[in-house]
Amino acid sequence: MIQDSIKTASQQGWGLIFICWLIAMAALFGSLFFSEVMGLKPCVLCWWQRIFIYPLAVLFLVALFPQKNKVDHSVVRYTLPLAVIGLGFAIYHYLVYSGFIPESLQPCSKDLSCAEINLELMGFVTIPMLSIFAYSAIIMLLLIYRKRFYQ
Amino acid sequence: MKKNITIIATAMLFILLFIMAATIYNNKKDKALNNATLDNVEYIQRDYSPIMGPADAKVTIVEFFDPACGTCSAFYPFVKKLMKDNPGKVNLVLRYLPLHQHSDVIVSIFEAARLQNRFQETLERAYQTRDAWIEHHVSKPDKFWLQLGGLGLDMEKLNKDMQSTEIARRVKQDMQDAQQLNVNKTPGFFVNGKPLVHFGYQQLQQLVESEVAANY
Repeated sequence: MIQDSIKTASQQGWGLIFICWLIAMAALFGSLFFSEVMGLKPCVLCWWQRIFIYPLAVLFLVALFPQKNKVDHSVVRYTLPLAVIGLGFAIYHYLVYSGFIPESLQPCSKDLSCAEINLELMGFVTIPMLSIFAYSAIIMLLLIYRKRFYQ
Repeated sequence: MKKNITIIATAMLFILLFIMAATIYNNKKDKALNNATLDNVEYIQRDYSPIMGPADAKVTIVEFFDPACGTCSAFYPFVKKLMKDNPGKVNLVLRYLPLHQHSDVIVSIFEAARLQNRFQETLERAYQTRDAWIEHHVSKPDKFWLQLGGLGLDMEKLNKDMQSTEIARRVKQDMQDAQQLNVNKTPGFFVNGKPLVHFGYQQLQQLVESEVAANY
């Protein structure tokens, strides 16, 4: 019985990290699709968001391969900071996009404006929105994971 | 073990999805590009542009180029070889797309040299001496000027001609046409009005050969 409950718990944890990995992978391939296939050049802020999401795709993958049949519990320690910083950039980018922060205050070069909206899926979903969604979902899942398994 | 398989299968699924999406997207884009070019056929060629090779050739390669672009320089001998391999059948129309900083001045030197019948020599000199006048992707016209010796150019006339408004107008027109045609990288090729959709030596050769086969 005890054995079983431990097993389920570790499996649930695995599932949470697995979903985090899926989100990071979707962000990785999605952003590569936008830039390499569709030819949308990433602006400076996009690059900062990429810097913090790309390692997550690798880190979650490493954590997923169970050692002694359980997920590496310290995964939250080294992935949560990346996700939080990334979310900061995503929110900043969103504010630039939606005009709350004026163009002149943000650090993009003239020919590659971060404020210019060049993609709107289904009419309203923009790239910074997707970024915010990905980062917040990862942060939430990691917080749930921490609450459950860090006692 | 089961988990490892799940992970690997998911990773492969991601890669597969990416490739599929890219293929679908590119196919759609190719179709759109072909249609757009058919609509924009008048932008591809202008009668003021310099022509190399036989004037009566039935296959015309139009190249939008920037003298400071490394790929343009690498393609130049290849395009010449295509013309040589199909003697009398292929010619080349050159159009300016000076995307690098100050490249517009370099191309106005070409146009001024053209008035002295030294266009091709000047263009080839520019490609040969690229390292001497391009610094950090910025063209340095004064440094290129120093490379122009031995071409038989009247430098005083050259200096005067390159300031002409007609030359500036042509360069501007070329750049506007490129924008209309969605050419935003150099070199941009069209063969008898058909765009080179997938960039590469082999693709260009195939396009030229298919046009030669269709016209002769």
